[in-house]
Amino acid sequence: MSVTAPDPAPALAPPSAAPARAGRTRTAARRRRLAACGALMTPFFALLVTVFLIPVGTAVYLSFFSADEPGLGFGPERTVFVGLRGYLAVLTDPTFLGGLATVALYCLVYIPAMVAGALALALLLDSGVVRLRAWAQLGLFLPHAVPGIIAALIWLYLYTPGISPVIELFARADITIDFLGLHTVIPSIVNIALWSNLGYNMVIFYAALQAVPREVLEASVVDGAGPVRTALQVKTPLIRASIVMVAMFTLIWALQLFTEPVLLSQSSPMINSRFSPSMYIYDAAFTRNNYGLAAAASVILLLCTIALSYAVTRWTSRADAPEEPR
Amino acid sequence: MSAADSTLLRPRLLGRATVNTVVALSVLYTLLPVLWLVLAAGKNRDALFSSSLISLHDFSFVQNLSDLFAMDDGQYGRWYLNSLVYAVVGAAVGALVSVACGYAFDKYRFRHKEKLFGLVLAAVMVPQTVLALPLYLMASAAGLVNTFWSVFVPVLFNPFGVYLGRVFSQGYVPDEVLEAARIDGAGELTTYARVALRMLGPGLVTVFLFQLTTIWNNFFLPMVMLSDQDLYPVSLGLYAWNSSASVSPEYYPVVIMGSLLAVLPLILAFVLLQRFWRSGLTAGAVK
Repeated sequence: MSVTAPDPAPALAPPSAAPARAGRTRTAARRRRLAACGALMTPFFALLVTVFLIPVGTAVYLSFFSADEPGLGFGPERTVFVGLRGYLAVLTDPTFLGGLATVALYCLVYIPAMVAGALALALLLDSGVVRLRAWAQLGLFLPHAVPGIIAALIWLYLYTPGISPVIELFARADITIDFLGLHTVIPSIVNIALWSNLGYNMVIFYAALQAVPREVLEASVVDGAGPVRTALQVKTPLIRASIVMVAMFTLIWALQLFTEPVLLSQSSPMINSRFSPSMYIYDAAFTRNNYGLAAAASVILLLCTIALSYAVTRWTSRADAPEEPR
Repeated sequence: MSAADSTLLRPRLLGRATVNTVVALSVLYTLLPVLWLVLAAGKNRDALFSSSLISLHDFSFVQNLSDLFAMDDGQYGRWYLNSLVYAVVGAAVGALVSVACGYAFDKYRFRHKEKLFGLVLAAVMVPQTVLALPLYLMASAAGLVNTFWSVFVPVLFNPFGVYLGRVFSQGYVPDEVLEAARIDGAGELTTYARVALRMLGPGLVTVFLFQLTTIWNNFFLPMVMLSDQDLYPVSLGLYAWNSSASVSPEYYPVVIMGSLLAVLPLILAFVLLQRFWRSGLTAGAVK
């Protein structure tokens, strides 16, 4: 697949060989190389086609049909072409719009908190004044080794009155707090995600900061910048590529919000079965067996992801522009 | 950092104390919930709900451990084994497949290569939840729903691993080595298997570790595909037990103990393979 004619550039025949023979060897070598390239790429692209391209195509296809029978939904006698009506149904469904609003709010709180928190910690660790730096990094990184569902379980228990030492501590100070109430449930979910990923992103930023040339920092000190200014105005712009990458991955993951609310929904009446778009898709597909609706919602979620990722890259590259000539 | 700039950049004493306090508080934030899990795993059901965490007189760690493996005819042991197979075998195969492809992207030239690479990168962006329904329908058409393969095959796909594989191949495998092997008359694939793959070792381990984490964490796909409890990975099994816990509270201690045990393999993998994944993070972030 996809391995077409090569560039003529790589020629490895020994220079002493006769031109005709060299030509033949070259062609043979090129063919051998393409065959090898194909062999190395085929397993991955076979996966790409079966678990990525065909499913995305199927989702788009299904979204134009109303199929109420279980199965592949291709049977012509039972599926009805409904065009964009599936999308209309999803976009006018208040529970789906509610889910979108929930995720939007979640992203607005979570992404800035994550990027700022991880960056701040990385800058502090990079400042050279932190004691036991390697241990601190290890401690901060530890939650990354805790699977998402278990992180949600731990925090669910820490949010549950009767089990939670946190709630008990608050109670001793005469503060009653319901972590799974109407206004606290989103911050509670943000907290779980933040706890899980803060250390991981901190390590990425820290690694990028290690690559900042020391001369640049010395120059900024000579120019009279204090440590805080150096961190914010010299180091931070220099690791912009990492910041964009972290923000992007955080965004993509945040839009899929599923594991934490599904687990918390076992204990909180504030989380219904269509709390986030992903939960809506699951509910539509596997509880209501409405594949067309689920497919339309999936495509909308996909389009939102692509649009927002594109916006992040565009926005950051525009923000880069004035500072480019350095 | 050299001695010269550490004196230049040294903040005042107050600043130093503040910095250390902030970092210490952050570490407490990340460590205390794990510590709670460890302490709570040693509590029996009544103690979990009543006594304070630190008191040791209701200590029943061993009891909880044997309860865990006895619960529901030893389901937990089976789930654990399933997870290990899904994650270790899946990550090993997946890493080999992705790194081979990334290597080919780096070392060979063909038309539309960058467009094809763009497609790979685009695949990173697509949410799992979008693919789940079509994958379920495809698996059900193929009669594979509720089988090992329905969970095992999709997790092999790791486009970010291809990206990392390409970056590592650029960094670790010099073109001259391949030229030399070609002049010696070695076949392309032999060169890859005997020479390049060895140089790519640390990169391969990094991709393996990333994928191991992802598969061990996998929850949505098994939830969609599996109804047979015997095929569950630990994540889904604990979720199911936790659903039962609100009705039958005897599940609480085993869920907590089960969570503690499920955390161990990844911690072990991260500690053992530490020097590899650190380089992997740097490669992903800086280049």
